[in-house]
Amino acid sequence: MTTAAATTIKARQRPGDRIFSSATLIAGSLILAVLAAVAIFLLVESLPAFVADPAEFSGDTTNFWSYVGPLVFGTIYSAILSLIMAVPVAIGIALFISHFAPRKLAQGLGYLVDLLAAVPSVVFGLWGIGVLAPLVQPFYANLVDWFGWFTPFAGPVSGTGRTIFTVAIVLAVMILPIITAICREIFLQTPLLHEEAALALGATRWEMIRMAVLPFGLPGIISASMLGLGRALGETMAVAMVLSPSREVIFQLLTAQNSNTIASNIALNFPEASGVGINILLATGLMLFVVTLLVNMLARAIINSRKAFSGAN
Amino acid sequence: MTSVLDAAPLTNSLTAGKLPRRSSLWILLASWAVSAAVFAMLFLSGTVDGFNVVGTIVFGTVLYCFAIYVLSRLVEGSRKAKDRLMTALVTAAFVIALLPLVSIIYTTVVNGLPAFLTPTFFTSSQRNVVGAGGGVLHAVIGTLMVTGMATLISVPIGLLTSIYLVEYGRGRLARAITFFVDVMTGIPSIVAGLFAFALFALLFDDPGIRFGFGGSIALSVLMIPVVVRSSEEMLKLVPNELREAAFALGVPKWLTILKVVLPTSIAGIVTGVMLSIARVIGETAPLLIIAGFTSSMNYDLFGERMMTLPVFVYTQYANQGADSQAYIDRAWAGALTLIVIVMVLNGLARLIAHWFSPKLGR
Repeated sequence: MTTAAATTIKARQRPGDRIFSSATLIAGSLILAVLAAVAIFLLVESLPAFVADPAEFSGDTTNFWSYVGPLVFGTIYSAILSLIMAVPVAIGIALFISHFAPRKLAQGLGYLVDLLAAVPSVVFGLWGIGVLAPLVQPFYANLVDWFGWFTPFAGPVSGTGRTIFTVAIVLAVMILPIITAICREIFLQTPLLHEEAALALGATRWEMIRMAVLPFGLPGIISASMLGLGRALGETMAVAMVLSPSREVIFQLLTAQNSNTIASNIALNFPEASGVGINILLATGLMLFVVTLLVNMLARAIINSRKAFSGAN
Repeated sequence: MTSVLDAAPLTNSLTAGKLPRRSSLWILLASWAVSAAVFAMLFLSGTVDGFNVVGTIVFGTVLYCFAIYVLSRLVEGSRKAKDRLMTALVTAAFVIALLPLVSIIYTTVVNGLPAFLTPTFFTSSQRNVVGAGGGVLHAVIGTLMVTGMATLISVPIGLLTSIYLVEYGRGRLARAITFFVDVMTGIPSIVAGLFAFALFALLFDDPGIRFGFGGSIALSVLMIPVVVRSSEEMLKLVPNELREAAFALGVPKWLTILKVVLPTSIAGIVTGVMLSIARVIGETAPLLIIAGFTSSMNYDLFGERMMTLPVFVYTQYANQGADSQAYIDRAWAGALTLIVIVMVLNGLARLIAHWFSPKLGR
């Protein structure tokens, strides 16, 4: 009798259950394997670049690091510039949708901003050259005339408007939707009681936002900006089409000589590359992968840590 | 505040110190009118050629921000003035974001329509075409095949993973998968292309490899995380009572998932898949790397270069021939085709979500 009581009742393991659950497990693990494979295959194919013959590098660079240096600079420079432009506007849009727009319209307005994310990057590139660059070129000429003494605005001004500043504007438009979407979610999670308490104490709407919504949403804003930064770092076609590139580190924003970015450099040179040239481009791609991976992991870690303590659920 | 009350002792204290209703609208219209007048004078005096509509609206809006702040500060005090200023700025931010969207769609339609409407545009390839003429048939076929194959790879993997995360996964592995799926959504598209290239270049020992299937692999890397995230959200929405009811009837877990959970959430999953297709169908960089470009038809995913629409747009722009206008026209027409496809996919996805989503009793 005692042995019978000790045995627990277990559901019969059916073959269908086993097959199905292991299939889902394999699919899930496959994703981790793919991410690892991206790193491994890029690393294997990049190794020849680090020990390449100096003659293989174009221009006056002689090793990989002097080749990739200006590209890293251009990538980070353009991404930071675009972030400076995009973040304030994105916060404004997110606030407009979450707290200012009429409730009934809010969701539809959100879709409109999301449509911006659906426009293919190559179309942004065409638009950047065809519409934006000619539009802003006269402003650049004025900026150089008036503020030329300030190094980033030093001349000579680009005649086409295809400068790193134009690229930054295009990138800012492209990363707006992702930053807006996350800020919007976070702002909507603000505890309603905090907002109502602020209003009940006589705060105006803006004071309520400054005292309740923004402090609550700050970590969300930071991580949304970092996700936007990741997008801007890796954006390829818009930069490749709009920028008129060169191979140096250049701080000037408005001249015809601009530091290229890693991704755009790959897209421009890969179709004609051969031999070790391919490995060199793959190695720069590996750099880009590592940087964006780190930025994204940090951003996601911040968002996730916030989720647990937000008290919104 | 007190000075206002002193000056007009008979006004109602509840409405005193407030701008009249709709005053912000009138001030905005007045600012635009003033700015329009200034630009009209500049135009008439011959200083600038053409009436500057964009300038009128921009300067009018800036003027409005100043006017509303100053007026509100005089009448309502500094706190209310700041509130009105921020309301104006936040609304302006939203409108600023819409300007590029409107501008992109407008220019694409205007520049793309002439070549888009030529009879050969959807019936022929670019083979042996120099100058005007030719079409995008090879690119449309390539895009459909590459994206279709990417969907065939991504949907089963993505869906099974989301089922694992929602129905089976507990503990470390599930947390790691959730985290890295999120991280993978941020991988630059060109890195996915380089990965596919490195993989197949090593596999087939061919350093100049270009073929369509590689493009599908690259797109899958970008697409799987999106499918996982959207399906996961949808599966989580299925009420637990449905699962428990099925278990109580003695239905095995895998059949519960197949016959109860999936049918309940299928509309949301289809929406997510369509949005993910819309996301990858416009990817240029990975296809430029691994699928390459050509001007001929290619129906074979596993051999030779394959043209796709985004790459078509890029190459038409980048490698302009002698008659450069014809190439630019074709680039815009290709861009228009892409935008139409993406917008139709987005619209359909929203409609499916709207029509078939379970109606919540309220």
